[in-house]
Amino acid sequence: MGQVLTMEGMEIVYEKPGTLTQTPFHFCPGCGHGVVHRLLMEVVEEMGIIDQTVGVAPVGCSVFAYNYMDIDMQEAAHGRASAVATGIKRVLPDKYVFSYQGDGDLAAIGTGETIHTVNRGENILMVFINNAIYGMTGGQMAPTTLLGQVTSTTPFGRESSHVGFPLKITDLVAQLPGAYYVTRQTVHTAAAVRRTKKAIEASFKYQMLKKGTCFIEVVSNCPSGWKMTPVEANVWMEKNMLPIYPVGDLKVPKQ
Amino acid sequence: MEENSKNAPMFMQGNEALAEAALRAGMQAYFGYPITPQSEVMEYLSAQAKKHNAVVLQAESELAAINMVYGAAGAGARVMTSSSSPGISLMQEGISYMASAEIPCLIVNVQRGGPGLGTIQPSQADYFQATKGGGHGDYRLLVLAPSSVQEMADLVFDGFKLADKYRNPVMILADGALGQMMEKVTMPPAGSLPYTEKPWATVGKPTTRERNILTSLHIVPEKMEEINLRLQDKYRRMRQEVRSEQIGVDEAEILLVAFGLSARICQKAIELAKEKGINVGLLRPITLFPFPTEAIAKIVPNVEAVLTVEMNAGQMVEDVRLAVNGKKPVYFKGRMGGMIPTPDDIVLEIETIAEKNRITQV
Ligand SMILES: Cc1ncc(C[n+]2csc(CCOP(=O)(O)OP(=O)(O)O)c2C)c(N)n1
Repeated sequence: MGQVLTMEGMEIVYEKPGTLTQTPFHFCPGCGHGVVHRLLMEVVEEMGIIDQTVGVAPVGCSVFAYNYMDIDMQEAAHGRASAVATGIKRVLPDKYVFSYQGDGDLAAIGTGETIHTVNRGENILMVFINNAIYGMTGGQMAPTTLLGQVTSTTPFGRESSHVGFPLKITDLVAQLPGAYYVTRQTVHTAAAVRRTKKAIEASFKYQMLKKGTCFIEVVSNCPSGWKMTPVEANVWMEKNMLPIYPVGDLKVPKQ
Repeated sequence: MEENSKNAPMFMQGNEALAEAALRAGMQAYFGYPITPQSEVMEYLSAQAKKHNAVVLQAESELAAINMVYGAAGAGARVMTSSSSPGISLMQEGISYMASAEIPCLIVNVQRGGPGLGTIQPSQADYFQATKGGGHGDYRLLVLAPSSVQEMADLVFDGFKLADKYRNPVMILADGALGQMMEKVTMPPAGSLPYTEKPWATVGKPTTRERNILTSLHIVPEKMEEINLRLQDKYRRMRQEVRSEQIGVDEAEILLVAFGLSARICQKAIELAKEKGINVGLLRPITLFPFPTEAIAKIVPNVEAVLTVEMNAGQMVEDVRLAVNGKKPVYFKGRMGGMIPTPDDIVLEIETIAEKNRITQV
């Protein structure tokens, strides 16, 4: 009671990475975007590659990624992040380049770029946030929306006879010879966050081998778009999304 | 093409001359997608890329290509893309983004007849698209119009230079005939166009500066308006780059205004008209944006009428009318859909105009 806490005798075990700006995240409570932003920047800081890293932000909820990530960044047109990243990497082949995209960006409007970027084996990291919905535009159906899932444009649930099936773009990508490392992770538990960070770390290291594209899908949530509390959203994600989008490596480098 | 130290003239196709000039102008990356009548550009560059240490990449679409240009040019490289009308349409979103994010690059449109898939024959029907913006939002490109294979080469140098100077995309607006035809060309020497510092480029943030961000998103309207005002100011400054060629305007009773291939045909028509005793001059805009409004306005008091010749339904003629400002009658002669007006077509028009305006034949 009334105890004053000081830092005396304490050790800092966790703090904000210097690669994140002081701008507070604008993301909704419980959203996975902020966690993945932070993980990317933790890895960039820990690897000491701030001056060698260029990121590409998409159009979607993470359009302002460059407001938070304190690194050189380009903002791409909707769906074109991996083409922009290709352009950067081709003229800066020894730099670390990553794109960061939502499911609408990467798997609907940008499907062509996604497939061909990986098929060329561009030596970049593609981070793919799958929240099964269009967050930014207010909760419309995404290519990854589950069958039966209610969105503002599937008010009676997604029907395959009308709008097709959840697109497992990561499974497609893993089939391509240009892909070097393909994994699907989540960030909804502490252990999952650690695994995703490991995947990001590995992908940045792999980039310098110049052996192909690294692709990380993060199955995430959208409490606002799904109209759930953060806790409900994570429960729903685990129960409904993970059976369709199971966590694990889809392609690992041959030893 | 072997390095031509003596700068002896060579006999080259327009598309290849443009490609060779790009390499000599220090182009570091090219992204494109095949489309007639300009595929020779990427074919030529693909063969020469290694020797010049340039990135040449065939993209999966023009959409991807223009966004690769965005990325590479945003990373500070000297970058070019080329296409023909339908492909240029597909690039418009990316061009608008580059104009907004102020990313310099060179875009070549070797026009073909439209609308739609149209024809592979030469056309000038993309004048509006090139000079009035093209994509969404208030923006402009610097637009250069070659009318010979020599200029297909020379304007590449000017294009890269102007792009860097204004941090703006520049377009070379050619056509299928200029791209395909072969003429004598003296190549500018390699290495004659120095690279400019690009402190805004995204190359990785050193500790010595703030991060560089290339974006076209400004969600606060006050900020977006401020950016627009700055861009408009830049477009006004571009006026100092205005260029045109004038042929025989001093004695002219009728002024022809034509760009690119049409201007070449007009030159022949001028000779034929002279034989018929009508003095005709030509003003050929080399920059379509900025448009040589003042140059035209200056000539107008000395002529009886103005005739604009284009390979379209009448696009540049709107800018000519603005320049003439009602002071003299402005006529238009055009062919469309890949058809090219002949010198005789133009002479016939000239004769009709001479009669209407009671121009005395000497
Ligand atoms: C060419 C174009 N079409 C449509 C839009 C509108 N738009 C912005 S974001 C978005 C969807 C974003 O969804 P997603 O990629 O899944 O990312 P999230 O917002 O869920 O993170 C759309 C359709 C746009 N900006 N540009």
